[in-house]
Amino acid sequence: MVYALCFVLFMIGLYCALTKKNVIKIVIGLGIMEYAVNLFLPLLGYRKNGTAPIMDRATDPLEFLATAVDPLPQALVLTSIVIGLGVTAMAIAICIRLYEKYGTYDITEMRRLRG
Amino acid sequence: MSILALPVMVALPLGFAFLIPIVARRAKAVADSLANIATLGLVAFAVLLLPVRGVYVIGGWKPPIGISWVLDGYGNLMLLVVAVVSFASTLYSVRYMERYTASHRYYSLFLLMVTGMNGVIITGDLFNLFVFLEIASISSYALVAFGCEQDELEASFKYLVLGSIGSTLVLLGIAFVYGATGYLNMASISQGLASAPRSPLLILAFVFFIVGFGIKAALVPFHPWLPDAHPSAPAPISAMLSGVLIKALGVYALTRVLFNVIGVSESLAIVLIAVGVLSMTVGVFLAVGQWDFKRLLAYHSISQMGYVILGIGMGGYILAVGGRVEVAALAMLGGIFHLANHAVFKSLLFLCSGSIEMATGTRQLKEMGGLGERMPVTRATCTIASLSIAGVPPLNGFWSKLIIIIAAFQASVDHPWFIALAAITIIVSFVTLISFLKVLRYAFLGALSQALQQVKESPALMCVALVILAVFCVGMGLLLVPPVRETVLEPAVRALMGGLGYAGAVNAAVAGL
Repeated sequence: MVYALCFVLFMIGLYCALTKKNVIKIVIGLGIMEYAVNLFLPLLGYRKNGTAPIMDRATDPLEFLATAVDPLPQALVLTSIVIGLGVTAMAIAICIRLYEKYGTYDITEMRRLRG
Repeated sequence: MSILALPVMVALPLGFAFLIPIVARRAKAVADSLANIATLGLVAFAVLLLPVRGVYVIGGWKPPIGISWVLDGYGNLMLLVVAVVSFASTLYSVRYMERYTASHRYYSLFLLMVTGMNGVIITGDLFNLFVFLEIASISSYALVAFGCEQDELEASFKYLVLGSIGSTLVLLGIAFVYGATGYLNMASISQGLASAPRSPLLILAFVFFIVGFGIKAALVPFHPWLPDAHPSAPAPISAMLSGVLIKALGVYALTRVLFNVIGVSESLAIVLIAVGVLSMTVGVFLAVGQWDFKRLLAYHSISQMGYVILGIGMGGYILAVGGRVEVAALAMLGGIFHLANHAVFKSLLFLCSGSIEMATGTRQLKEMGGLGERMPVTRATCTIASLSIAGVPPLNGFWSKLIIIIAAFQASVDHPWFIALAAITIIVSFVTLISFLKVLRYAFLGALSQALQQVKESPALMCVALVILAVFCVGMGLLLVPPVRETVLEPAVRALMGGLGYAGAVNAAVAGL
């Protein structure tokens, strides 16, 4: 169920990025897509009634294996969030420059490149 | 040289990328020389690493827990191609980038892009591949927008939107594969997938990989960003983007994942062949009508990438249906050889277009004419590259196209429809030739117009970069001579032909550590 919601979120982001006219909305669409994937990754490691994957001397390794959620996707998500931040910052910087040059955020009015 | 030197390919450009803006903020000459030292060092290391094969385990954590970097024949060839083209581009940048400010930032982004590409080439871990893919992509978005003019910003935004969609799809594919196998290490994934049933989710993941890497490689129908982004960038960056970026991030990553991790099946190979044929024909017919020199070259990049994918796809198809192995090897040899050749002649063409643009201030072919007398070096190198891309013997483009066509004919004995592929390849070659004859005719022949009386040849350093690449164009046919072929091309073909044997080879190397 939650997986399907992730997928719906992804599709909303994709739709937004591909059909919107405003450059800022396109960037928001890209962000939504990224968050959908970022949500999906930890869900892969989720297990019902799982515990946090923190191991200390007192924990029994076998019990840890049986109950803890998978920590690897969580580590991946941290990396992917940082990458997403970089892309968003880059995109917004380009949007600001575009606004300085064209005086509009409307992508249909930026049509110097055709053919 | 042992495998322990492998991290240098990533560490060297990464270190210089951050060193240059620190020490060379005011002194442009220092930035120039440091960048050239870095790329020359990469060429040297890529050559020294040629006979080396093996696995480098980062931090001593053995896979599947840690991240491993793998070097095989295919990786060696790609490292060498990337290093040579980036050296020519930095050499060319020294004088060309004088009209832009902030050259230290330019070199910093340039070397970060090289870092990303080298990382994608040597990594043996799927998530690590995604990270390097994003390093190279983000720096290339910034480089396309480097001039901060209207065209450049618009092109960069378009590229950024499509590029991020591609990256996100790749990440989603990685997530599905991780969910199905529980590994991120490519060798372990490959073994896990071999035993896992082909569930619909897994098929979806493969589709995401093809679309995601296809966007990066600008294969038709995922190509609309390329004809805007490649011409808008400064010429040495166009040369890097068209010459190596679409190959390292797109074709190399796609073929590596499809052949060595997933294992090529008949349907996947047919998808590759179809995409290849589509890119070849659509790209070349869009190119013929162009009058903007760089835009024309960009469309030809799409078309030439089609050749590469077609060659590798044909090899994969023959392997998947159990055809003759030597024909499959020949088709893949053609594809991989064309990949290396295209890197050289397309970057040379883009650098030539940069020289012409710098001298005349225009990219429109109709506004040029008669430049041949004033710019003899550019004319000579541009002619060599044009004839090479059009497949005129004895230049390098001829040999790789010939091999692909021969392979298609040989395969048509078993699979009659391959004859159509050979025919399409020949037709596309002719259209390419016509298109480049137009370029040579309008740019270099005819009468020099009034506005262009003051045109001079480009500075010596730029000409050196052009001549280096031109020498490669003429000489690369020698790679087919048996002893040389054994060291450079054959190992690359074997790495792809080995298919799922990749996992076994990697695991054996890890066990030997």
